[in-house]
Amino acid sequence: MDQTASGIESSWLRKQFTRIRSTQEFVVFLVLVLLFIIMSLASPYFLKTQNLFNLLRNMSTIGVVGIGITMVLITGGVDLSLGSIVAVTAMFTARMLWMGIPSLVAIPAGFLLGFLLGAVNGLVIAKVGVPPFITTLGMMSIARGLTYLFATGVKGAVASNIGVTNGFILAVGGGYLGVVPNSVIEMVLLVIIFQWFLNNTTLGRQVYALGSNREAARLSGVNIVKVEVFVYTLTGGLCALAGLMYAGLLSTAATNAGVGMEMDVIAAVVIGGASLSGGKGTIIGAVIGAAIMAIIKNAFVLLHLPTFVQTITLGLVVVLAVAADNLRKD
Amino acid sequence: MKAGRGPVHPGLFPKETIMRKGFMDRASEILVAEGVTKRFGGLVALDEVHLQIRRGEVHALVGENGAGKSTMMNIIGGVIRRDEGSIRFEGKEVDFATPMEAIDSGIAVIHQELSMMPDLNIIENVYMGRMETHYGRIMWDVMAKKTAQQLSRLGLTIDPYKKINRLTTSHRQMVEIAKAISTNAQLIVMDEPNSSLTESESERLFTVIDNLQKEGISIIYVSHKLDEVLRIADRITTFRDGQYVGTLERSEASVKKIIRMMVGRDVEVCSYPAGKTGDPVLQVRGLNGQMFQDITFSLKRGEILGFSGLVGAGRSELARALFGADPVMSGEVILEGRPVSFSSPQKAISAGLAMLAEDRKTQSIFPNLPIWMNLSISRLSQMSRYGVVDWKKVARIVNEYTAKFSIKMGNNQHPISSLSGGNQQKVILARWLAVNPQILILDEPTHGVDVGAKADIYTFIHQLAAEGLGIIFISSEMPELMALCHRIIVMHEGSITGVLSRDEFSEERIMTLAAGYAEQTV
Repeated sequence: MDQTASGIESSWLRKQFTRIRSTQEFVVFLVLVLLFIIMSLASPYFLKTQNLFNLLRNMSTIGVVGIGITMVLITGGVDLSLGSIVAVTAMFTARMLWMGIPSLVAIPAGFLLGFLLGAVNGLVIAKVGVPPFITTLGMMSIARGLTYLFATGVKGAVASNIGVTNGFILAVGGGYLGVVPNSVIEMVLLVIIFQWFLNNTTLGRQVYALGSNREAARLSGVNIVKVEVFVYTLTGGLCALAGLMYAGLLSTAATNAGVGMEMDVIAAVVIGGASLSGGKGTIIGAVIGAAIMAIIKNAFVLLHLPTFVQTITLGLVVVLAVAADNLRKD
Repeated sequence: MKAGRGPVHPGLFPKETIMRKGFMDRASEILVAEGVTKRFGGLVALDEVHLQIRRGEVHALVGENGAGKSTMMNIIGGVIRRDEGSIRFEGKEVDFATPMEAIDSGIAVIHQELSMMPDLNIIENVYMGRMETHYGRIMWDVMAKKTAQQLSRLGLTIDPYKKINRLTTSHRQMVEIAKAISTNAQLIVMDEPNSSLTESESERLFTVIDNLQKEGISIIYVSHKLDEVLRIADRITTFRDGQYVGTLERSEASVKKIIRMMVGRDVEVCSYPAGKTGDPVLQVRGLNGQMFQDITFSLKRGEILGFSGLVGAGRSELARALFGADPVMSGEVILEGRPVSFSSPQKAISAGLAMLAEDRKTQSIFPNLPIWMNLSISRLSQMSRYGVVDWKKVARIVNEYTAKFSIKMGNNQHPISSLSGGNQQKVILARWLAVNPQILILDEPTHGVDVGAKADIYTFIHQLAAEGLGIIFISSEMPELMALCHRIIVMHEGSITGVLSRDEFSEERIMTLAAGYAEQTV
């Protein structure tokens, strides 16, 4: 009898292992582990606690925005405006604080702006039917323009940045809990919450349904406008948080914050197994993708390699990750 | 067709001559496949199957969905490669790595879902990949002439510069065939070529097949429609569950015999007794929409109301409008005594409607998502508390319905695309019954479904009506409508041309009304 029970258990374990092994996240995770091992052999500084936490802190903004972008990609959309929304929300809050508006108003207002711009993206896409690429390309420019607007009038013409002294923002972006940076804790919490959300809520499952077959989703009673507006709005809000993290880390809100960030975030999400054609992807995957990118960036700093090599390598990694997944399916 | 005029291609002889003379015994078979095996992961799609195609014959390949027909055709056409076995084409061992290699050798495959470029013209579609050029300049005139020639061989005179998206489905089908013969194919594979053709369009296709055969071209005809198979095929090969069952000469074949070979048992479209009907549950008065006008009818509880008509009669459009998927222009819909108008399917579902959509692939399934989710999607919000899915309820519903519909599957975590067409359709049917509807709209529920699953679906429809559901049953297959329905409404170009009650059912009457002729009651 004992034997049978343990037999069932081991076959259950084996099944679970086969299930995990068959996901793309697992392959990407192996790549991460491999990079980790290589780096710890290549550089004596890599395994230092401070370096590891720096690395994690550097990926936390990408991880946080990546949560929203994963969902956007699962619905079959894309959001190019994320970097600009990161900049404009932080600048909006910083400007209000600079004007002497209390942080209890200024900080929520920044989030509100993030949600609002995201919702505008979502409504234009879902209600008007403008393709996500075009809508968010437009928003990318609009939000960047607004960033300059909010920066003007500070010490003369266009200020390139506004200093941030608010304790809360500094804590969000640059504070520590023991040795662990706060931003890392924030990222981990949000990842857990939203991974659970995607798997276990009606809305989360409808995100997948929408991306897998839009017409079938509509005919099955999924409110596709609601789902689409939700994912872009959430992304806007997460961008606002990333904006605060960024501003808190640098003690300043910069007009050029988040420039080129869409490349990093979308790359991380795609490395993690999401497909640009929709219906596929996980937040855990996106975080692993972000970690791979962070290790590669870290490697070039520790090994004193020129920046152009890093840029080329990151580009190669994105294409190779997707190519490897396609080859594996054959 | 005169013998003795030099080396004439053997295909040009009438095939009786070849058989009688037997002078080409070895070469009388254009394609011989032996012991072909193909595995997808753990699934054995083809298990040592055989297939022998004679020169100049129409060879039908039949079998339930999932029997391995399409896999076999994909191997022959170079879309996928076999794992084991041998295939000899024109006496030579072949193993095509790409469809292009197959085409170059003289095999053309017309796939089930037409693979055309809708925004390009006929010439481009016919000659794509092998455009005739002169120093890089495309020779439009030359190709236009040739295209027109190929089309006229099929009895068609259309402007070769016309874009594909402006052609009817049957014309697109003809363009695909023109493409196949323009490659000088000696063997043409047609995978369910007329699943979206009307009767008259099918007739034309048969004439074309007949002409091709006279020219000595061999044809493999994959189909579910056994009547047609018996009409046009010289021999019929049956596959079942990835295995070769047998090959029959037409003279020894019958629908009953083939069905027995396909399913391993006897199945008949027996007539179901009409169940009791109750109060009207749905009344439609003077409904107008994009593709239908002035529709008035009522549906009772427990009633199966059939909708017959040709392609373009507006039946699916009417169903979509009732379900809130398309807008209604004017008219009244009364559900259980209350006037309703649905702005989205979501609202229709919460009011007690369900609709199994016409095209499973594009309108129903979420191909890469697990079976459980495909089944539970429409009810997911009811199985949640504060938006959080209650997994126990989901598991119960999924287990209940997969058992009730005897859905054959390994594990409900697998993607629905791993199931056969019939089982996919059962999952979608289960999706709709899980929401406990008052009214169920079924739009071609047995389209592309194998014989066994068809019989199951008929039984479910009959049972559901007996349980008091009002059922709107749209179908292009008259026998199934006549077997199940209480009444049949016939539509023609968006209008109702007649309503028949059970004692008035006959194929002739339905066809007359569907063709737009008013009924002459004698």
